[in-house]
Amino acid sequence: MMKNLPFGTAGRAGLLLGLLLLAGRPGVLLAQSATPAEGPMLTQPAVLGMLALLLVIVIGAAIVLVSRVASLVRGSQPPSTENEAGRFDETVTNLSPAQLTTIVARQQAQDFGLQGAELGSNNPARDPQGLVQHVEMDVHSPWLHEKRHVARLDNLDPQLVRLVSWYLLCAAFWLVLGTTVGWYAGVKFVSPDVDHVAALSFGRLRPVHTNMVFWGWTSLAMLGLGYFVVARTNNTPLFSIKWGWWTLGLINASVVLGTGCLMAGINNGGGEYREYIWPVTLLFAVGVILALANYYQTVARRTTEEFYISNWYILGATIWAIVLTVVAYLPWYQNGMGETIIQGYYMHMGVGMWFMTFTLGLMYYFLPMSLNKPIYSYSLGVLAFWTQLLFYSLIGTHHYIFSPLPWWLQTIAIVFSVGMIIPVLAGTINFLMTFKGGRKRVGDSYSLPFMLLGTLFYFVGSFQGSLQALRYTNLVWHFTDFNVAHSHITMYGIVSFMLWGCIYTLGPRLQGREPRQALVGVHFWFALVGLLGYSMSLMIGGTLKGMSWMAGEPFMNSVVLMAPYWLWRAIGGTFMLLAHFVFFYNLVEMLRPRKTASAPLATTPEPRPYEILESV
Amino acid sequence: MKSWSPYKNHRLFVGTVFGVFVGLTLLIAVQPAAQIQANNAPLPTAEALTAEQQAGLRVFIGEGCVACHTQQVRNIDMDKAWGGRPGIPADYAWRQRLDVWRATPSTLGSERTGPDLTEVGERQPSDLWHLLHLYQPRSVVAASIMPAFPWLFEDSVAGTPAGLALNIPAAWRARGSQATIVPTRRAQQLVAYLMSLKQAELPTGSEPAFLALSPPKAEPAAALGTPGVALLPDGAALYTTHCQACHQANGEGLKGAFPPLKGSPVVNDKDATLMVNIILQGYNPRPEYGVMLPFADKLTDAEIAAIVSHERSAWGNTGAPVTADFVKQLRALVQPVAAL
Repeated sequence: MMKNLPFGTAGRAGLLLGLLLLAGRPGVLLAQSATPAEGPMLTQPAVLGMLALLLVIVIGAAIVLVSRVASLVRGSQPPSTENEAGRFDETVTNLSPAQLTTIVARQQAQDFGLQGAELGSNNPARDPQGLVQHVEMDVHSPWLHEKRHVARLDNLDPQLVRLVSWYLLCAAFWLVLGTTVGWYAGVKFVSPDVDHVAALSFGRLRPVHTNMVFWGWTSLAMLGLGYFVVARTNNTPLFSIKWGWWTLGLINASVVLGTGCLMAGINNGGGEYREYIWPVTLLFAVGVILALANYYQTVARRTTEEFYISNWYILGATIWAIVLTVVAYLPWYQNGMGETIIQGYYMHMGVGMWFMTFTLGLMYYFLPMSLNKPIYSYSLGVLAFWTQLLFYSLIGTHHYIFSPLPWWLQTIAIVFSVGMIIPVLAGTINFLMTFKGGRKRVGDSYSLPFMLLGTLFYFVGSFQGSLQALRYTNLVWHFTDFNVAHSHITMYGIVSFMLWGCIYTLGPRLQGREPRQALVGVHFWFALVGLLGYSMSLMIGGTLKGMSWMAGEPFMNSVVLMAPYWLWRAIGGTFMLLAHFVFFYNLVEMLRPRKTASAPLATTPEPRPYEILESV
Repeated sequence: MKSWSPYKNHRLFVGTVFGVFVGLTLLIAVQPAAQIQANNAPLPTAEALTAEQQAGLRVFIGEGCVACHTQQVRNIDMDKAWGGRPGIPADYAWRQRLDVWRATPSTLGSERTGPDLTEVGERQPSDLWHLLHLYQPRSVVAASIMPAFPWLFEDSVAGTPAGLALNIPAAWRARGSQATIVPTRRAQQLVAYLMSLKQAELPTGSEPAFLALSPPKAEPAAALGTPGVALLPDGAALYTTHCQACHQANGEGLKGAFPPLKGSPVVNDKDATLMVNIILQGYNPRPEYGVMLPFADKLTDAEIAAIVSHERSAWGNTGAPVTADFVKQLRALVQPVAAL
């Protein structure tokens, strides 16, 4: 049983911990009296829950690492043969003549083989490959585990392939640029006088970073993959390739102009993720509206009776993103504290109803594709979708606990934040159960590890968000760097990891070109180690900061004590950034158009990654 | 016949997810926001921002100051450091759209990488300090990681009021530079905005209480101290919070901006009367230094006594400590004067 679970212990430990938390510690859910409980921090259920969550990730990463190292060690040692040889000798010497005859006959039968010319001639074969795509004699290289290769999909619309490719390339470009900016902003915590250029000051670069990775990287990657999924699952061509290009152009223009405005000191009002002024965001909104129309018309022209679950998430997310943007930018209810209610609503929904929802929809398509088996449970997907809509929509105000906003609004936000455990568990279980039995498949794939880690982060990051909404945890962690860690665990650990999983699943299938497997490994491990370093250091530092404030120490203490944690954050960030350069290279490798469009049989096969590695 | 399953009928599906989300949005965001806006008025005691301060707010938003500075005194114990009372919606009532291009400034903030600014005008009323701090934060707060904003300053040109020239410590000047650095209009506007930040007093006089989230701490065992003399709070920590921004951690102040306490005759005087007086009432007779603000309303007798005792014994100073009673007597003397 245990063996059937992919990385079974980690997934199971996560689920168990979650259930234990719910069952054994109802305090997590009930500890919402008007005044949070008293006592030392480590007796607080929410804090204990947070520690348990972090353990999930640490243990999960440790298991992956240990199993990797173990297989490395195992692979490099010759199996012990001493006893076997002795036993073999003994058996052979004691054989009876009859047995010997049988064995010799069997040996001859086994050795019999066709010479290759029995049915034809000695002329060279026209098809050098036959049915076998790839032969690998030494499958257990001690250094690099050869992953499964992926073949190109047939019957792809070349126009759609081009469109999706450009979405992904633009997205990856914004990822590299946006995280370079983020990295540089992180460096400024360590070295605030590194430059004195107005356009590069921290206050201006921070929104440049967040908006660029939100609207440039994540949104474009999602939309591009979305076109593929919608056309494919509805078994019909995409409604309009042209609209697709328009959306791409509009969103790129929005990010370029928005970045320029922010660096010039033109900021909409400082509210997070709506720092672009409205004419700039309008471009983005029109782009998303066009994308929605495109998706909708494609679904309407489907040749299937039902439309697949991915389409609900994609349509839902796109509709909600448009509503969100409109509500966030309309001015008629945003004086005084009205602005703050809308800000809480917008910044949380932007993450949950747009990025999270859309990415989950993509997972419902690419995870089964990568595993080559259907999603575990359609019903869980239904549950997750509708509870996401009902619960997530109500929790924006949890960013303003203890603020002057109405207490009832804060309480609703807290209650439904905890309610988010339902869609999160439903999604996590659904994905993990789909992984179940595919352990070897995960080990043999370069895209599935991203999706597995994304799923783990989905559970941990979302549950962490629920715990952070509680009143006691707000005392310790609100306003500290802990929140920065949380937003990176979610937007990076969940959304970006899932997107990478989807891209590495689809990429090789578009042109039949695979990235170098070793470089995909570098991408994966640098991103994972970097993220862990980044978030762990900020969570520890953020906790100490909050405790310093609670103890009433002078404020400067909390700045001084953060110094080592900010340094570690910058180091983790460096790894993440390096991973993105590698990703960009891999993506270009995958998406470069094929030189000839002729039948693959007539062309010399591309050198496989292992051949390149061997020739080095 | 049209199917009634939302998974087979895309119109029904799209209508449902759109309708439910818009409904929830109205319920949880738009309606409460509109209601708050309809009941939106500043306190009668609050002063509206002047045009200069409004312009400063635009600089504040444009430079992204809200990324690190909150303006939000929450109703919890730990936020007492940032204001005399928890914030109420009326405190934010003046906030509205900046102009046709830009929305309402989001000043509550979400990160406290730097100090909360709700009362920075009260806490730090010296424009000289703010300008120096903006030009190079580390020239006044050594451990600060705030960005420097040299582009809000320029070399002196004819016509600039000479009084605004910054006395920048040599370590923070370009090597060999003799230029006189003066603030631009935008820097002056920004400082005007910062100095306007104070909590308005509630007309009723009854302040909304901070939530009692932790039990009152037990008094330190009196037996440990000399009988009859109450233990003073931690003077060094109070110094860091209230005095260090100007007088610096090493007590040496900043030349041409804030006077040294180390070796100062006033601080080392056998009689601490003048020193306590300056702290209670403020001080501004010396043109070469910035203004010292009065602390009578901000600190208790015990806190002032603790700070004075700390300052008189730190950095090689040799003054004797003072008691809270001593401060209390002086306060009784200066209060009638202040009331005039």
